[in-house]
Amino acid sequence: MNMFTRLRKNQTDRGMPEENATPEQVSMPTQNPGRGEMVEVNIDPNDPLYAHFLKASGVVEIDKLNLDSPALHTLKEAGVRISVPLVSQGELIGVLNLSNRLSEQDYSTEDRRLLYTLSTQAAPALRVAQLARQQQVEARLRERLEQEMRVARIIQQTLLPKELPNIEGWQVAAHWQPARAVSGDFYDFITFPDGKLGVAVGDVTDKGVPAALVMATTRSILRSALERFSSPGQILAQANDLLCPDIPANMFVTCLYMIIDPATGKLIFANAGHNLPMHYELNGITELHATGMPLGLMPGMQYDEIEATLAPGEGLLLYSDGLVEAHNPKREMFGFPRLRDALSDLDVEASQSMVGELIPHLLNQLVEFTGPGWEQEDDVTLVVIERSADHAPTTITVHQSGEHHNDNSPQESNSMPNSETWQPLLEFELPSEPGNEILAMQRVADSIRELNFPEDRLERLKTAVAETTMNALEHGNKYREDLTVKIIVRATPSTLSVQITDHGGGQQIPEPEMPDLEAKLAGLQSARGWGLFLIKQMVDEMHVTTDETHHSVELIFKLSAPSP
Amino acid sequence: MNHSFSTQIRPLENLVIIDMLGEIDAFADQEIQSAYSQAESFNTPTIVLNFTQVGYINSTGIALIVGLISRARKTGRRLSVFGLSEHYLEIFRITRLADFVSIYSDEPSVLAEI
Repeated sequence: MNMFTRLRKNQTDRGMPEENATPEQVSMPTQNPGRGEMVEVNIDPNDPLYAHFLKASGVVEIDKLNLDSPALHTLKEAGVRISVPLVSQGELIGVLNLSNRLSEQDYSTEDRRLLYTLSTQAAPALRVAQLARQQQVEARLRERLEQEMRVARIIQQTLLPKELPNIEGWQVAAHWQPARAVSGDFYDFITFPDGKLGVAVGDVTDKGVPAALVMATTRSILRSALERFSSPGQILAQANDLLCPDIPANMFVTCLYMIIDPATGKLIFANAGHNLPMHYELNGITELHATGMPLGLMPGMQYDEIEATLAPGEGLLLYSDGLVEAHNPKREMFGFPRLRDALSDLDVEASQSMVGELIPHLLNQLVEFTGPGWEQEDDVTLVVIERSADHAPTTITVHQSGEHHNDNSPQESNSMPNSETWQPLLEFELPSEPGNEILAMQRVADSIRELNFPEDRLERLKTAVAETTMNALEHGNKYREDLTVKIIVRATPSTLSVQITDHGGGQQIPEPEMPDLEAKLAGLQSARGWGLFLIKQMVDEMHVTTDETHHSVELIFKLSAPSP
Repeated sequence: MNHSFSTQIRPLENLVIIDMLGEIDAFADQEIQSAYSQAESFNTPTIVLNFTQVGYINSTGIALIVGLISRARKTGRRLSVFGLSEHYLEIFRITRLADFVSIYSDEPSVLAEI
């Protein structure tokens, strides 16, 4: 690099390097007494003067120096008598240039010693100042880049679905976690006029800005292909052909596109090199096999279409490489077997719905595997699509936040008498005080006296109402004085419904399961924890719904049914 | 809401009967533990819980009974019950408490057996 030096002519020679000069690029003002004109001197690293300055120890007599050096010539022309190189850590970072003294006298030995001492102290100080300035400049640049990345991330997030599809009888969850500010992963939901749902997931090679740019392009291309074609295979083939000419070399996109018919649970999908969907069902975990070349590698590709059906209670996990290819400190990979194990951890039958807990469970498994301080290697995207279980003898329907339902009306279910009219029997609110469940139990029992419930069934109803109300008071409302529990009793000729609503929305709902009495007796578990289990045993059906603010349990008793 | 639960201890020859009156829920905790400790002090091999005057047992009450069974097992005592209504008999079966206590219909049945 060249060193530039700037000199003011016709004044006392006090040349200082430019503030932003690099060590190899020093501006050296040459000055001539009486005229005040600035002269820029360029000292090329190949200029012998550069090497001379670097090696010189102390004052350099410019007028006595003979070198084949353009810079030396300029300095001489500018009237420089002596120069003092400023060298720090083996680098020439500046030069002090002096022309004749105002007194016209020669520089004395004492002057030269003073200049040398000055240079030895000025050089490191100047270097520190240069570094500080350099850091300031770099920090400003970094800040600007970070700001740009923040904006880029916000823009990229607008390319992802703003809300999850709201389809009756289906539940959907998604998670998108870029390794850097922006991501090469994407997912997309498209709701068609005929009620079908299109689902796309994609993963661009690499990560960060290059991947994010390709991600945005791919999403647009897919969306445009969707307007022309309806079959997943054709859509991927079209997207591939459009992407191939424009995608940078060595980059490609794995992508899976499926269309689900919510009415039947049938799905049809094609796969361009993406991870195989995990299908979870009562009998375990299976992979839905469909393969094809990733998008952007080679034009003219064909993609097979595979059909499958999701029965009620079954679901699919779609996921990108970031999860399965994560490494732990021992450099072991998370891998597919661990993913399958993690899925198997959740008992489909016991859980009823995995949508709410699958993604948190997988992310917990990932954190446990990678350990603390893990620097995320690749973008992680997870999409879960589940068909609600609606044929189980006791149905527990958990609604994700954002789904629309009427807080005070029983959830629609195959078991509900849709064609019959509900007759309101009782509606009241209870303050959240310990023991008030007995009041609820008595009032509900009184309200149904005319229904002539058999004694044994009435006792079961009382226990179920008391236990549900107690949970609402204690766990939902946490016995807060300002919150009430609302109870609505209504009936059709064949069904009695008791709906108990508290303010415990947004909480994970525990699943009713058989308590382990031996463990409780051995002191290994709390003696408590019987409530939900008892309720489930007492009723014909139990529907649980939750949203952001409320948690509601509806107890269903079949009026004509035999005792369970 | 008024909550009432009281007990009475009746030591007999080989057993102690705890007569309970009221609702067995969280409010009964202290009283039932204290009554059981008193019953233990008679050092009989059997302690009997009389549910005849108990109208309500909730899940917290079930937990209290689990606690008493656990205490009885630790000291090698037999825990028996009588006077349960049909409904609470069913709950004792559903919760499997029936596997860990001896259930009798009434006091004479207990006395005839033990």
